Amino acid sequence: MTDAALRAPGGPVRAERALWRRFLRRPLGVTALAVFLLVVLVGLFAPLLAPHDPNFVDFTLTQAPPSAEHLMGGDSAGRDIVSRLLYGARTTVYGAAIACLVGVGIGVPAGVAAGYFGGAADRICSWISDAVQSVPGMIVLLIVAAGTGADFTVLMVTVGAFMTPGYYRISRSRALAVRREPYVDAARVAGLTHARILHAHMLRAVHAPVIIQSALTAGVAMGMQTGLQFLGVGTASAPDWGQMMNDGFRTMGTHPLILLWPSLALGITIAALAFIGSTLADLVSVRTEPARRRRTAPAGGHAADAETPASSGALVHTVEQSVLRIDNLRVTYATAHGDKEVVRGVCLDVAPGEVLGIVGESGSGKSQTMFSALDLLSGDGRTSADGIWIGGREAGRLPRAERHALLGTRVGYVPQEPMSNLDPCYTIGHQLVEPLRAVHRLTKAQARDRAREVLLRVGITDPDRVMASYPHQVSGGMAQRVLIAGAVAGKPDLLVADEPTTALDVTVQAEVLELLRELQQEYGMALVIVTHNFGVVADICDRVVVMKDGRIIESGTVGQIFADPADPYTAELIHASQDDSESRDDLDAAWHEAGQKVHT
Amino acid sequence: MNKESAHVTTDSQAAPLLEVADVVVDYRRGRTTFRALKGVSMTIGAGECVGLVGESGSGKSTLGKAILGLAEVASGRIRFAGRDITHLKGTARRRLAADLQVVFQDPYGSLDPTMTVGQILAEPLTASGTGRAQARTTVAEMLDHVRLPADTVRRYPSEFSGGQRQRIAIARALVRRPRLIVCDEPVSALDLTTQAAVIDLFIDIQRETGVSYLFVSHDLGVVRRICHRVSVMYQGECVETGPNETVTRNPEHPYTQRLLLASPVADPARQAVRRRSWLALRAPATTPVP
Repeated sequence: MTDAALRAPGGPVRAERALWRRFLRRPLGVTALAVFLLVVLVGLFAPLLAPHDPNFVDFTLTQAPPSAEHLMGGDSAGRDIVSRLLYGARTTVYGAAIACLVGVGIGVPAGVAAGYFGGAADRICSWISDAVQSVPGMIVLLIVAAGTGADFTVLMVTVGAFMTPGYYRISRSRALAVRREPYVDAARVAGLTHARILHAHMLRAVHAPVIIQSALTAGVAMGMQTGLQFLGVGTASAPDWGQMMNDGFRTMGTHPLILLWPSLALGITIAALAFIGSTLADLVSVRTEPARRRRTAPAGGHAADAETPASSGALVHTVEQSVLRIDNLRVTYATAHGDKEVVRGVCLDVAPGEVLGIVGESGSGKSQTMFSALDLLSGDGRTSADGIWIGGREAGRLPRAERHALLGTRVGYVPQEPMSNLDPCYTIGHQLVEPLRAVHRLTKAQARDRAREVLLRVGITDPDRVMASYPHQVSGGMAQRVLIAGAVAGKPDLLVADEPTTALDVTVQAEVLELLRELQQEYGMALVIVTHNFGVVADICDRVVVMKDGRIIESGTVGQIFADPADPYTAELIHASQDDSESRDDLDAAWHEAGQKVHT
Repeated sequence: MNKESAHVTTDSQAAPLLEVADVVVDYRRGRTTFRALKGVSMTIGAGECVGLVGESGSGKSTLGKAILGLAEVASGRIRFAGRDITHLKGTARRRLAADLQVVFQDPYGSLDPTMTVGQILAEPLTASGTGRAQARTTVAEMLDHVRLPADTVRRYPSEFSGGQRQRIAIARALVRRPRLIVCDEPVSALDLTTQAAVIDLFIDIQRETGVSYLFVSHDLGVVRRICHRVSVMYQGECVETGPNETVTRNPEHPYTQRLLLASPVADPARQAVRRRSWLALRAPATTPVP
């Protein structure tokens, strides 16, 4: 719910075009790309750019230092280093391009097909991919070099073959993920052939990761290629960087510059590719600009500027009477489009034994309000408030450790998604017992007894079996009962339930609501229920707060709000609960009547 | 257009458009098989909306998938327009796409995020050999049908809200002018106020085009609003089928009664009554959730 609200503006953005546009805003990425393009252009136009014939031997130039005519001097055979570097760029780029093309050409189709079709195709392709990875590459390359008379193109095709598993793996994992997306099912129902789905949807999905992988692969291929050339494998007629490094290596002691130039060229090129790859990877994985993390301390008077609108909602209890009291709470998220205030000055409070409902649609800020009160806000969020009191103590002013102790002992929390809020690695018993020991300082035996007691109370008839189970072994309704048991085990004064029944079936929802009501009465707790469903409000709440766009637009007792909603939005929300609206029969009858009237 | 006017006039009392008879679907999970559908039968007439209600795991979505050919049918028959489509595969199944379409629940996952709305909507048309110009005209017409502005075609799904995306998904289902659309929880992920608008859109489109719906939902209120007839699924079986008014107001089967009473009504006084009836119906043995 909250996710959806925050995701909307940042979104998976406008595909590749936006990706490139954002890439061009990164100075590091742009520089790296410019350097790499320069290397490519230099390689392409080497014959035009090179001042000398790279293979022309001038004995006077042997190991010559840099001069006006020979900017980098001459090598140990008396050839111009600048010209050889330029021609070498050509070889390097050509080799890397072949390796990438082979890798993409074999790895991507195989990976996409394996991920999409699964089954035997997947098993066979993965087996081949694993086998290729387990072969020692350098040895095979040397064998190939010996067998083909060191043909450079064949060698680079072989290097490409060794790069294939990398492409295969990323394509397969993307395809596996996309295959489960409903839009692929929709495409099948729309009558698209497998070939067309692979082409239209799967290849699009692997597009970005393949480009990133190619930047890295090209760098690795250049490294391997230079290594081979350094060892003397390759064509002697065309100059290349590995050969030059070998030459420089032999005279390293006396003429270090000869080794420096090709090493520098190779190092800069590979670094440029690495930076392009990492910048792209950043952009793909992080969809919004990084936010400044800062938690504004509750600032007394100056929190409300002249511009910020006044707070909304009402405080009906005194500080001493209320279990939770929130005064003028604001929550701001830093997004790519500047700061976004999702909670804009909210005031609410709840007294012991009272059930408060916070109602609103997605994006209304209802969950964010409670998250910030409970210190559960995700990393990018900042809060400010005139005060948040829990059990009469101002939580905002307490040191962090004390605030957490207060929240841990006085407040219980029931989340929306029961399954994702239980750790799959631990038994349910462990997850119930540990907080009781850590927060409430019970012994292990006491904690186990207490856990068993609350599990029985929430309607679990065989607590020992459930405590020994792992989360995946129980149903969603059972998991929600476990979480409720955990939340009330410490006998809190306040139970906060964030959409506790939204993920559950309606029959289970009724059970959970009934349980919450019983527990609330039994323990005399205050209960805050965050929900979008006015049926739930009618069922359980005493008072209700209606939120829209981060503000409270109306609050009051349940009787008053349902009988006479002051705000039209509240009335619309109540009316939108379909249960009471006209049935299709009524609608059709009305429509036919209207239709007949039109005709006569 | 011919086809359209033809099925508007089709009498829904004649041979049903869709006939599902004793359909069984098994899911294999490792070595164990799970019987998701245990012999379900139903019919949908032309221009009719039939609701399929049940909880998660009741098999309601599986039946939709079986009709669409996305789930393998172990036994039983599915007939569409008098033709057996139970095990239709390959080209024959793809040809059926002209008549049988789908709208899924998830408004975020059901549209390819890398394609523009125009590409998404044109895809089913161009895949079936429609020319580009013709496709563009049809797409514009469908956007109009679902009340979205014409410039929508150039934008990407991420620029739209959940409700608007669901309109796009509906337009995609409509572009080939199908005779039946399987709607799998199409409004469950939407806010209540958006839900109401999308449901009204479904009704309007049905009146305009005469298309039939199989409307899968867990929400009796939604089903009451849009469906002519309702089937209630429970643990892979159809426990009750009947006219909307009966099933959503005075159901006969105890499970449907429990389902109806479990759903809270937005009126404190009536909800108190409903809760008392629910508590009375709730047998003590059912207290722990299975």
